[in-house]
Amino acid sequence: MKKIYLDHNATTPLHPEVLEAMLPYFKEKFGNASSIHGFGREAKVALEDAREKVAEIIGVSSSEIFFTSGGTEADNLAVKGTAFANRKKGKHIVTSKIEHHAILESCKFLEKEGFEVTYLPVDSQGLVDPEDLRKAIRDDTTLVTIMYANNEVGIIQPIEQLCKIAKEKGVYFHTDAVQAVGKAPIELKKLNVDMLSMSGHKIYGPKGVGALFIRKGVRITPLSHGGHHERSRRAGTENVAGIVGFAKALGLVDKEREDQNKHLKNLTQAFYKKLVESIPDVILNGDLNRRILNTLNLSFKGVEGESVILSLDMKGVEVASGSACTSRTLEPSHVLSAMGVDPAIAQGAIRFSFGRDNTMEDMEYVANLLPEIVSRLRSMSPIYAKKG
Amino acid sequence: MYSAKVMEHFQNPRNVGEIEDADGVGEIGNPVCGDIMKLYIKVKDNRIIDAKFKTFGCGAAIATSSMVTELVKGKTLEEAEKISRNTVAEALDGLPPIKMHCSNLAADALHKAIEYYRSRGKTKDQK
Repeated sequence: MKKIYLDHNATTPLHPEVLEAMLPYFKEKFGNASSIHGFGREAKVALEDAREKVAEIIGVSSSEIFFTSGGTEADNLAVKGTAFANRKKGKHIVTSKIEHHAILESCKFLEKEGFEVTYLPVDSQGLVDPEDLRKAIRDDTTLVTIMYANNEVGIIQPIEQLCKIAKEKGVYFHTDAVQAVGKAPIELKKLNVDMLSMSGHKIYGPKGVGALFIRKGVRITPLSHGGHHERSRRAGTENVAGIVGFAKALGLVDKEREDQNKHLKNLTQAFYKKLVESIPDVILNGDLNRRILNTLNLSFKGVEGESVILSLDMKGVEVASGSACTSRTLEPSHVLSAMGVDPAIAQGAIRFSFGRDNTMEDMEYVANLLPEIVSRLRSMSPIYAKKG
Repeated sequence: MYSAKVMEHFQNPRNVGEIEDADGVGEIGNPVCGDIMKLYIKVKDNRIIDAKFKTFGCGAAIATSSMVTELVKGKTLEEAEKISRNTVAEALDGLPPIKMHCSNLAADALHKAIEYYRSRGKTKDQK
């Protein structure tokens, strides 16, 4: 059975060139980058080359790049590390209601440790109002953290504006750019953020590796203690193979970004058009314009999300949903709830996230499956009334 | 995640629909929790002679609704009242722990439908 993967926001397959680049570091170049002998030095060179490359791509210096085990760790380090290091100055943090759980759970943890957190609301499109941020910042605020692009609905926040407000008030600004890398520009010569999180497996790189950009002068408390790796910010023998892969992947998505965006825009626009023309009562969650171009979050009125995923999965098509039944906590998507989406609609939300490996044929195949799937489920639904 | 039986009931659900002149109707769930089940029963001489369902919910929700209608047909009200969340789950060769609440809903919808029937019966007698 043909398999079509439309869940690239969850993870991506390894780019073949990335695998190539990583292999030697699993084989003959296996040294520990901290060792002073030949094997070690070879690993160290690869590590620092990767760091140099990452820094150059996003427009910063290599001493500002810190490798982690992924986006979640980078987020944890940014939030908790900043909070702890600056607690004498203040104990207040500002974030948004639609952040990834890595940010939200870190904030909840800090609240238990005596910190205060303000979770900014979003409008029906998922956007944070810069004025809300301005009002929320207090004298004892030490960090603002707002994600660049949202993983569920794809919405892109006005990061430049938000960052400017934080900087005007002398507060550190972090952004979780895990979903934005490779889809939106990351140019830190222009964008004045203090910290930025990235993840390897969202950009056709390996799982288990990511990076946190920390601008020179920003104080953070490390979360991992041990050796003096990563300039004493993050102890642990470096995952050289992963880091080499991450740097390679970043280079590739950066190079391909414009072409990929054109390709993804064509796919998602054509897909949306086909669905709207062939299925009644399709609802788009999130703004059509201010989004990363690979993501479409749609609800089919009267139909629950997991039942659609299961139906598609039976035909070899893999997508994700914001419904309670697909989350481990049985709660519906916090992003859609924050956007004020009607609960029944939120339970029916399906996220289609396209990637570089998807073709127009893939898109059409899926678009042709959906009318029957939706119609069958609607015939069983007690809350969908056929019109006419 | 799901057993073959659950998948079978999901792909080919039994007794989908409504009964216009139903003797008992049980509605359970709400949009917030993501599951809404509506169960209809027709009763004659203390036996459930027909059952239909409509469900907004996940694969397990649809499968458990379908299974419950299959289980009750032909049973007396007393026998049907004994059908529990576990009966439904076992009939489907088990459900993942996180989906057990779906079998709860199916059993609850059934009990609500029977309760509805019984209370209607009382009102008729009192006339």
